[in-house]
Amino acid sequence: MVYDNPDGVMIGLEVHVQLNKLNTKMFCGCSTKYHDAEPNTHVCPVCLGLPGALPVINRKSVEAAMKIGLALNCEIVEQTQFHRKNYYYPDLPKGFQTTQYDFPIVSGGKVVIEGEDGEHVVRITRAHMEEDPGRLMHMGTIEKSKGTLIDYNRSGMSLIEIVSEPDMRSPKEARRYLDKLRNILEYLDVFDGSLEGSMRVDSNVSIMGGQRVEVKNISSHKGAERAILFEIMRQKNLLRRGGKVVLETRHFDEARGVTISMRTKEEEHDYRYFPEPDLVPMRVSDWGPAIQESLPELPDTKRERFISQYGITGMHAKALTSDIRVADFFEIVASKADPRAAGTWVADVLRGELNYRNLAITSFTTEDIIEIIGLVVEEKITEKSAVDVIRTILDVGGSPMDVVKEKGLLKVEGDIVTQAVSESIVENEEAVQDYLGGTEKSLNFLVGQVMKKTKGRADARQARELLIAALKD
Amino acid sequence: MITKDEVEHVGWLARIEIDDADAEDYAVKLSSVLDYFGQLDEVDTEGVEPTYHVADVMNIFREDVVTPSLDQKDVLANTAAEKDGYIKAPRII
Ligand SMILES: [Zn+2]
Repeated sequence: MVYDNPDGVMIGLEVHVQLNKLNTKMFCGCSTKYHDAEPNTHVCPVCLGLPGALPVINRKSVEAAMKIGLALNCEIVEQTQFHRKNYYYPDLPKGFQTTQYDFPIVSGGKVVIEGEDGEHVVRITRAHMEEDPGRLMHMGTIEKSKGTLIDYNRSGMSLIEIVSEPDMRSPKEARRYLDKLRNILEYLDVFDGSLEGSMRVDSNVSIMGGQRVEVKNISSHKGAERAILFEIMRQKNLLRRGGKVVLETRHFDEARGVTISMRTKEEEHDYRYFPEPDLVPMRVSDWGPAIQESLPELPDTKRERFISQYGITGMHAKALTSDIRVADFFEIVASKADPRAAGTWVADVLRGELNYRNLAITSFTTEDIIEIIGLVVEEKITEKSAVDVIRTILDVGGSPMDVVKEKGLLKVEGDIVTQAVSESIVENEEAVQDYLGGTEKSLNFLVGQVMKKTKGRADARQARELLIAALKD
Repeated sequence: MITKDEVEHVGWLARIEIDDADAEDYAVKLSSVLDYFGQLDEVDTEGVEPTYHVADVMNIFREDVVTPSLDQKDVLANTAAEKDGYIKAPRII
C-alpha cells in the first residue's frame, strides 16, 4: 500500500527541546530546577542580561546537543558559533536571544517513523542550540489583560531546536514523529518530557496550491495533531472557496482548537543577526567519536534485541521500547520471570491498565508483576484472577499474595485437575477416539497426560474417574 | 539614502517612538553615517575568510556546576512595577 497524499499535505516541524536534566542553564550557573520555585529566584546577572555580565557556554549543553544530533543521524559541523537574534519583547530581558544562525551545531539527519504506509523517513534539516526565553503570564484573559507578569526563571535554559524537512504528510505522521523524537530524547537521558514546557512545537503546514503557513504555540503532541488537522481543513476550505493561502504565521489557541492569524511586522532580516561577541567560537567535531561511543542503545536497536533475546513478538517489543522506563521495567521482569509471559503481561495487560488510569509505569513494582506472572505460570491463579490482582493493587493497594488470599483467588486442587482433564481430552483426539472405540489402554495414556499437566499433584484414581465422566458426555 | 519610513521601522523594532520632525532629521544623519561606513565596501576582500571574532580564542567552556542565583528582592530592585515576585509589564499582545 502506498499513501497517495491526495491534498499534497507537507508538514515540517520545529521542535524546541529543553535540556532540563542538566544542572545549570546554558550560559550561567543558575540551577535548572525552577519548576516549583518562586518566580525570579533562579536568575543572575547573566540570564538577566545586566550590563557587564559575561556568559560562558555550558560544556554539557554542547555535549547534549551533539548526542541528540548523532542519535538523529546528523553530521557535526566543523566549527560553530553563537549569534544574537535581536528583538524587543519582554520574554528576553537582554533585547536579543543568543542562538545559532549560519552554522548550526549539527545538520542533515533522519528519523524513521511509522508512516501512513509503513516505515517512513523524516529528514532532519538541522538542530541548533539557543537559550529559552522567560515566561510571560497575562493578568486575566488576553483580551482584557491589565498587564503582563514576567518570570525569568526559565530564561537562559538550554534549548535545542530540531528542524525537520516538510516530510510528514498527515497530522498522524506529525504526532508519530513527535512521539518518536521524545522517545529518543528520553533514551538519551538529556531531557525529562514530563516537565511542563519541556517540548514546544512550531509547525509549517502547506497543501497543494497554497503557500506555507507557520503555526506557533503548540505545547503538546495531541495539540500538534489538532492544530495541524485544523490548519489543513482551513487551507482546503479557503482554496475551495477560491481564496489564497498566503505565507503567514498563525497562533494555535489550544482551548478553542483553532489557529489565529498573528500580524507580525517583523521579517527575518529585522532580527539583524550578528555573531555574539561575548562567546568565542567552538570547534568540537573531534568530540564526536567519544560521544558516538557513549550513546545508549536507541529504541529501534532495543526493539530488535528484545525480539531476538526474549523471543517476544514484534508488537510487544515495539510497545515495550516506546518508553525507556517501560523498557527498563520489562528487562527486570524478564530476567526473573518467563520472558514471553513477561512480554504479554507488561506490554498488554499492565500497560493497558496503567493507561486506562493515566498512570506511569512507576506506579507498579517489578516485584509485584514478577510474583503475579509466577502465580499464573505455576497455575496457582487463573489469568483472569491475575488481571483482577493487578487492578486491585492499582486501585486499592496491597501485595499480590494479600489480594489473592483476601479474594480467595487461589485455584483449588480440584479445579486444576478438572482443567488438566479437559485440556488432555482436547489435545489428544486420537487417544480419545481409540478409547471411545473400545481401546481401554488409551484411558491410561490420558490419565498419564493429566498427571503430567498437574505435575503429579492429581490423584490418579480421581483423574481416571473424571476422564470417564467427561468422555461419557 | 535612508528614508523616513526606514527610520520609523527601525524605531519600531527598538520600541522607540520617533516623532515626524526627528525622523526627517535622523534619516539624513543615519545616511551620512552609513555612507561613511560605506568606504569599507571599497576594500577588495576577494578570497579573505570572514572574521567573526577578533579575539583568537576558541572552545571556552564552563562545567555544569550550580552557582548561587540572586535574591528575588535584588532581581526586582530595578523594576518599575512588580507583583507577587513577578516583574510587571504593560499589557502585551
Ligand atoms: Zn543565571
